[in-house]
Amino acid sequence: MMMLSQWLVLIIGLLLIAFTAWWFFGKRHSVSQVADRVGSEQIGRITVAGGYSPETLVFKRGIPATIKFDLRDSTACLSEVSFSQLGIKEKLNRQAQTEISIPTDKVAEFNFACGMNMFHGKVIVK
Amino acid sequence: MKLSNMTKFWISFVLAIPMLIQMLLMPFHFMFPGHNEIALVTTTLIMGLAAFPYWRSAWQAFKKHAANMNTLIALGTSAAYFYSIFAMLTHRPVYFESAAFVTVFVLLGDAMEEKMNHNASQALSALLKLQAKSAQVSRAGHFITVPVAEVKPGDLIRVRPGEKVPVDGIIVSGSTDLDESLVTGESMPVHKQSKDHVIGATLNTTGTFTFKATQVGADTLLAQIVDFVKQAQASHAPIQNLTDQLSHIFVPIVIMIAIITFVIWYSILAAPLVKSLLFAISVMVIACPCALGLATPTALMVGTAKSAKMGVLIKNGEALQKASQITTLVFDKTGTITKGEPAVTDIIGKPEVLQVAASLETASEHPLAQAIVRRAGSLQLSPVTDFKAVAGKGVTGQLNGKDAAIGSTKLLTEDLPIELKQEADTLQQAAKTVLYVSLNQKIIGLIALQDTPKNNAKAVMSTLAKRGFKTIMLTGDNPAVATQIAQQVGISEVLAGVLPTDKSAKIAALQAKGEKVAFVGDGINDAPALSTADIGIAMGSGTDIAIESGDIVLMQDDLAGVVKALALANKTFNRIKLNLFWALIYNTLGIPIAAGLFVSLGFVLSPELAGLAMAFSSISVLLSSLALNRMKPAPLA
Repeated sequence: MMMLSQWLVLIIGLLLIAFTAWWFFGKRHSVSQVADRVGSEQIGRITVAGGYSPETLVFKRGIPATIKFDLRDSTACLSEVSFSQLGIKEKLNRQAQTEISIPTDKVAEFNFACGMNMFHGKVIVK
Repeated sequence: MKLSNMTKFWISFVLAIPMLIQMLLMPFHFMFPGHNEIALVTTTLIMGLAAFPYWRSAWQAFKKHAANMNTLIALGTSAAYFYSIFAMLTHRPVYFESAAFVTVFVLLGDAMEEKMNHNASQALSALLKLQAKSAQVSRAGHFITVPVAEVKPGDLIRVRPGEKVPVDGIIVSGSTDLDESLVTGESMPVHKQSKDHVIGATLNTTGTFTFKATQVGADTLLAQIVDFVKQAQASHAPIQNLTDQLSHIFVPIVIMIAIITFVIWYSILAAPLVKSLLFAISVMVIACPCALGLATPTALMVGTAKSAKMGVLIKNGEALQKASQITTLVFDKTGTITKGEPAVTDIIGKPEVLQVAASLETASEHPLAQAIVRRAGSLQLSPVTDFKAVAGKGVTGQLNGKDAAIGSTKLLTEDLPIELKQEADTLQQAAKTVLYVSLNQKIIGLIALQDTPKNNAKAVMSTLAKRGFKTIMLTGDNPAVATQIAQQVGISEVLAGVLPTDKSAKIAALQAKGEKVAFVGDGINDAPALSTADIGIAMGSGTDIAIESGDIVLMQDDLAGVVKALALANKTFNRIKLNLFWALIYNTLGIPIAAGLFVSLGFVLSPELAGLAMAFSSISVLLSSLALNRMKPAPLA
């Protein structure tokens, strides 16, 4: 015979599972941001803290583009960013922002991820 | 906080020592006075110093509807820590050590990972450090020492024995033997003389020479190699797609399994609250997918850097994966299987034939002439007077006052003796070029030349055949010549008379039959074939790399590099598969054990042990990748 506390745990547990599924798997549009125009350049800023914000950065085609990564996280994996299509793998630095230039000569999408490929982001050139 | 993970680990470890001693004394029913209070203080310090960054990162991720390994660590440690505070206030047994040790082990894993990742990437930048720091550059007629960064193309540079060649260039005067092993993987010193290319960062062994700088800085071959390998290291292998997809759903699913574990133990099996909680915590801690994430990139990093050191540049993870699936190798003939230049194969007639021919030909620049002179080697040559080159026919001259000539039949003024005629016919049927040598108006013999196979071509082909590869020769040359060469080196299938534009069509036809084709060519004339093939292997000349054209670039003009490249790609890719297998096994076995599925068999995994196992899984994957550094090229069979 189950006690009240056992029933309670069962119900709360099921609710938590439902919440986990809804929170992590529910359809959500990712936050995208258009990069700032600075003079003849475009500069996008991405804050690295438990992931990338914004996760999607949009650049205009044909204008030199740079991303500045601002590392605010001290876990091992996020301290590295890699753009596998561009062959870029850079260590990020908590003291200074890391700049990565993105080719904007044609319309493209570049995915980037942390060192262990657990956190993902995207750069869109259009 | 600017403490490194290693420092944090040591501080946390020292703070955890009292709890460790207490744990060891527990079986003897010895309790420190105030042990709970000590545990509270030390664990709180460890949480604040070491666990908090994981909590913060997990929270940031949670707000973005994302979950990762930090989420699991944060949930596991905070559950153990806050439960223990609650237990202490309500006078129940505490489990501070779980929170403390999980954190210590996770930190150990992270710190080791940083260190090993650093070591692996270090291997590459170490290459660049091997460059010379300074160069002796001619300025206003004097050689002065300047930093290598100040060397400009066109500068004249002097290199003495024991010094490193500072930049890439062409020898102007002097000759020497260079140790190029660093750049091309060739272990024997290579002889260099005037007009030869020299590569920056190679070691000068014997002679002093002066060369003109052609490429400096980022344009040098070494810088290009490092760049090439860097890109390969950052690339993806298609096999990773599986883990990429898995990583998106893995952590939330683990959280759900942990909740289910807790509910089943507590509500269904009526276990005590704390026992149920410890099982759930163990599940979250052991399921950390670090090893899975590290499996491919670390092996790729070590494998490509190690291959580069052996003169094999692999473009990216995709090339690596495809190279491990190759079934058929198609070789270009000229310059790939053969030396690409004619060599003397037969000398027929009187003993002085070669001496006469070589004496005449020393003054000629024709490739056939040079081949004859090379063959003569150290033979004493006679001085030639009245030298005349007869275009398209041969050369004539006076040797010790006698008329001498060498050339094709068109140069002959007299009839060919019947036995020489027969010999010449046989040689011509074997697709050789025949030159006639005459002295004093009399034909004294003939010399046959052919573009001969490279010395190790036969050994390479038989090794490849033994390893189960099908070998095919593709050439624009006529079938007679092609078949002749194929027989010599042991290639069974020949595609001859193929126009350069049709080469890629032939490869596509093989692919249509289901073959996975690698094309081996010189990378200059074969670009379409190289890109049509599943894997294009470009044989380098040793001085510049055909980076754009090949999936795999061999630094040496050596066929054995093909065997080496396939073996290295195979080993690296197998290591990736092994790593992924281990990482998956860790999780698929670890989670049920941690959830207490085997309690009846006596298998219990406390959160501390789960933390240790987690750290160990990451470290074992890293060690397995670093072991690729010990790869050795297999000898030819």
